[in-house]
Amino acid sequence: MFSIPVFLDSFEPLIWAARYTLLISVLGIVLGLVIGTLICAARLSSNMVLRKLAALWVSFFRGVPLLVQLLVFYYSLAVIGIDVPATFAAVFTVGICASAYISEIWRGAIAALPKGQAEAAVAIGMKPSDVWTRIILPQAVTISLPALINELILLVKASSLVSVVGIMEITRASQAQAATTFRPLEVYIAAACIYLIINLCLSALGRYLEHRTAI
Amino acid sequence: MQASAVEIRKVNKYYGPFHALKDVDLSIPPGKVTCLIGPSGSGKSTLLRCINFLEEYDSGEIRIDGQLIGYETPGRKMSGRKLREMRRSIGMVFQQFNLWPHMTAKENVAEGLIRVRGLSKAEAETRAAEALTKVGLADKMENHPSRMSGGQQQRVAIARAIAMEPRLMLFDEPTSALDPELVGEVLNVMKTLASEGMTMVVVTHEMGFAAHVADQVAFMEKGELVAVDSPQGIFHAPKDQRIQNFLRTYHERNSF
Ligand SMILES: Nc1ncnc2c1ncn2[C@@H]1O[C@H](COP(=O)(O)OP(=O)(O)OP(=O)(O)O)[C@@H](O)[C@H]1O
Ligand SMILES: [Mg+2]
Repeated sequence: MFSIPVFLDSFEPLIWAARYTLLISVLGIVLGLVIGTLICAARLSSNMVLRKLAALWVSFFRGVPLLVQLLVFYYSLAVIGIDVPATFAAVFTVGICASAYISEIWRGAIAALPKGQAEAAVAIGMKPSDVWTRIILPQAVTISLPALINELILLVKASSLVSVVGIMEITRASQAQAATTFRPLEVYIAAACIYLIINLCLSALGRYLEHRTAI
Repeated sequence: MQASAVEIRKVNKYYGPFHALKDVDLSIPPGKVTCLIGPSGSGKSTLLRCINFLEEYDSGEIRIDGQLIGYETPGRKMSGRKLREMRRSIGMVFQQFNLWPHMTAKENVAEGLIRVRGLSKAEAETRAAEALTKVGLADKMENHPSRMSGGQQQRVAIARAIAMEPRLMLFDEPTSALDPELVGEVLNVMKTLASEGMTMVVVTHEMGFAAHVADQVAFMEKGELVAVDSPQGIFHAPKDQRIQNFLRTYHERNSF
């Protein structure tokens, strides 16, 4: 039988563990945004070498499963004798992986803008930096907002993978909890609820931001 | 005779192997309206866009008030800063309006005044309001482009260009994307500009406008500038067979 009290009791330790899930996802997306923007700039640059390197970066980090990237990064650091906290390794890998997707999101949004948008600015004598910050990026942000929120939600779910390097995030915490209570079903359903609540909040945030920036 | 506002000499332009402009020569007199007509694909837009170097011409010269645009000397590119300085005084109006959708009408007009002319926000908004009033949009200043008709959007685009106080205005089929009933309001704004002595180069399929407002009409076909004449000469006594054919097709299409 499904035990309501066990189900309810599972929430406290899992919510405690959720801060790791959030920490890794949020820092991951921030890092992903920073690196992804640079990668996107490199892909759009006039320098052929930069463009090729950026394209390589995207295919590599998009083409290898996050779990494998995480294990490779974590253990290769161990092999060369660098001792980094598991959380750092997790944020770093998640961020790098996200950067590959985010650079493509930016690139798509920028490509979706009619050429005339920048042309109208160039024609009145605007500097390239102003054309980017005043005309292209504000519109690209609006266009890519749904895709970025989507990426953040994917990261929240993908962060369950970092349990393999020992981080007590929601998934690993629920495994531990299930092992001590012998009530896996209640515990995992509680974990599912927490993921769902987090992601529903993110969707709501996304809708709010989309509404705010609608053009 | 007064010096030309724009002097186009032996201009050639290639898109890869395609020869889009062939030894084009054209003088644009100051304070006058020059209309550029011709069949689709004849190179009208390309020529217009070479005047403010949105399109790079490969050889020949284009001089704005005597100053070569795009090149320092023939063959050596001009610096970005210098090119921007020259573009400040050349207004351009596009077929698709190209208003910035994330800004209100007033912000669209003020943006260049702030970023390019270095005006304060307050000063820029005052000037933007004046320009918008001039094109009859005093009551639409706070609207975003998505909340305006095509005719209104194009008038905002004209206001955006004239607010910069250009010496020369380029129009690329400014009414071609408009519903027929909205064409008049845009043409009227252009007529007012013309009557105030603005130098204008207008690519158009509005033969009525070309016939009544233009001081000179240039006809292009297949990348060549076939003839430059008064509207009278082009429309009523065309010497070249190609112009006659073009006008016949035009009349056939517009009669019913
Ligand atoms: N970016 C480009 N790359 C390759 N070919 C181009 C490009 N832009 C224009 N062309 C070609 O150059 C020729 C002239 O084009 P242009 O746009 O100047 O014609 P147009 O006279 O303005 O025609 P329309 O009345 O249809 O606007 C066309 O044959 C067109 O296909
Ligand atoms: Mg054209």
